[in-house]
Amino acid sequence: MNENATRIASTSDETPASTVDAGRRGFIGTAAGLSAAALVAPGVFLHSVAAAPRSEPVTDSVRWGLLIDTAKCADGCSACVDACDRENGLDLQEPHGSESKWEHQKAVWIRKIKLQDNQTGRITQLPLMCQHCEHPPCVDVCPTGASFKRADGIVMVDRHLCIGCRYCMMACPYKARSFIHQPTTGQLTAVPRGKGCVESCNLCVHRRDHGEESTACVDACAQEGHGAIVFGDLKDPDSAISQRLREIPSRQIREDLVLNTGVRYAGV
Amino acid sequence: MVKAVVRAGLLTLGLVWVALAADTALADEVKRYVVEGSPAAERESCVEPTETMRRMHMEFIKHQRISTVHEGIRGTKYSLTGCVDCHISYDENRNPRPIDQPDQFCGACHNYAAVDLNCFDCHASVPNRPGADAEAAHRAAGVVGRVASTPPQGGR
Ligand code: HEC
Ligand code: HEC
Ligand code: HEC
Repeated sequence: MNENATRIASTSDETPASTVDAGRRGFIGTAAGLSAAALVAPGVFLHSVAAAPRSEPVTDSVRWGLLIDTAKCADGCSACVDACDRENGLDLQEPHGSESKWEHQKAVWIRKIKLQDNQTGRITQLPLMCQHCEHPPCVDVCPTGASFKRADGIVMVDRHLCIGCRYCMMACPYKARSFIHQPTTGQLTAVPRGKGCVESCNLCVHRRDHGEESTACVDACAQEGHGAIVFGDLKDPDSAISQRLREIPSRQIREDLVLNTGVRYAGV
Repeated sequence: MVKAVVRAGLLTLGLVWVALAADTALADEVKRYVVEGSPAAERESCVEPTETMRRMHMEFIKHQRISTVHEGIRGTKYSLTGCVDCHISYDENRNPRPIDQPDQFCGACHNYAAVDLNCFDCHASVPNRPGADAEAAHRAAGVVGRVASTPPQGGR
């Protein structure tokens, strides 16, 4: 089953991202440079096509990402987590058998986190999911090539190649990945899942490939009236997410690790 | 001596088998696996000529798998989801029957051929899409099936 190792290398590595990214980093950090805008502009066309199921391979002309405004993220609200569970069949997991509580762990793709600054007492809420790094540590450590980054920036697991070693779980600074401990039943057609593999947020990849606009968490958050999460193409300067990133200060969690995450947070 | 007998025995057996096989081929009585009541039973042909499908379906699916998972290509005809949607059949209560069961389409032939798949450990063995979608699909197929993914209290 390793016949596609080379293919994986070619989809994840050849991204001529350094030029674009250098541009984008500058433009996210401070003022939008003219050069950055010019560099990312070609993405606009390709992005607006979609709608039917994809028939062409994904390309690096887009990079999907999320911007989460923690100021709008409400205490006690779990709409994004619940929607993610439903969308991805995570609510169908039913721990059974075995005495061990570890065996009963369920996979989660989004965790709601509460941070407290001990000096000021300020509390921040935020949903934490796979951060879709440009340089994902999970991909670096994967021995089989199962953990990979799609050309459009989505970091995911090819379960056909995953041997369940869980190196990626150890390597992830965000604890974003889950292991499936038990046999599963009643899976959704769009989201296969089975014992012995690792999985995590894939930015609703089935929605991406059908040209839909957003993710389940974004829809749910908007429906609750919070609108704390924006989804979109980081390479398209006119996308809602890029515009918002230009307007408000935002950060990467653990930016000291220089992973260039696709998920950004405001108000932290 | 014993060996010679065994060999002669095998040879006769072989000849008989060849004769039988020729017979079946001539009479065009190849066992068919398409299950009555499945959408496929209403159709003329598979996504490729039947002969090709019998021999090559595993190759088609394997390539599809790579292009879907790694390249996001969903619009092609060899999707595993597509096989299940078209080859699924329903029981008397109009519930879809898992396609890998030994009396269902994929399961019956694999059982006969002693092929053991683990695909359906992960992949849905019946069409199962979130709430409204699945219901619509089942209605379109003329059935009122149970939808495993519909949350208990209506949900969405
Ligand atoms: C450990 C779980 C697992 C097992 C076992 C597994 N798959 Fe998958 N498969 C997945 C996941 C997850 C996807 C991605 C689904 C998506 O994004 O649509 C997938 C996608 C696919 C796709 C593309 C989607 C589609 O419906 O066409 C094909 C084809 C496929 N798998 C074939 C197979 C075959 C054939 C086997 C058995 C030899 C198999 N898989 C076993 C988890 C699994
Ligand atoms: C749109 C409906 C449809 C889809 C999708 C479809 N099939 Fe079929 N399939 C059929 C029909 C109809 C036949 C019977 C053709 C005939 O009568 O010769 C058939 C026949 C077959 C046969 C030969 C059965 C026999 O009795 O020898 C195999 C094997 C097969 N399909 C596998 C698959 C696989 C694997 C997939 C997914 C890649 C698939 N099919 C997708 C409609 C479909
Ligand atoms: C007419 C008989 C027949 C039918 C019907 C059939 N298969 Fe198969 N399938 C086989 C045979 C025979 C093999 C083994 C080929 C080999 O080992 O070279 C096989 C192998 C496979 C493999 C590769 C297994 C492996 O471990 O490499 C997959 C995947 C597969 N089939 C999927 C399906 C699916 C999905 C369906 C139902 C939609 C289906 N098949 C229906 C006869 C059939």
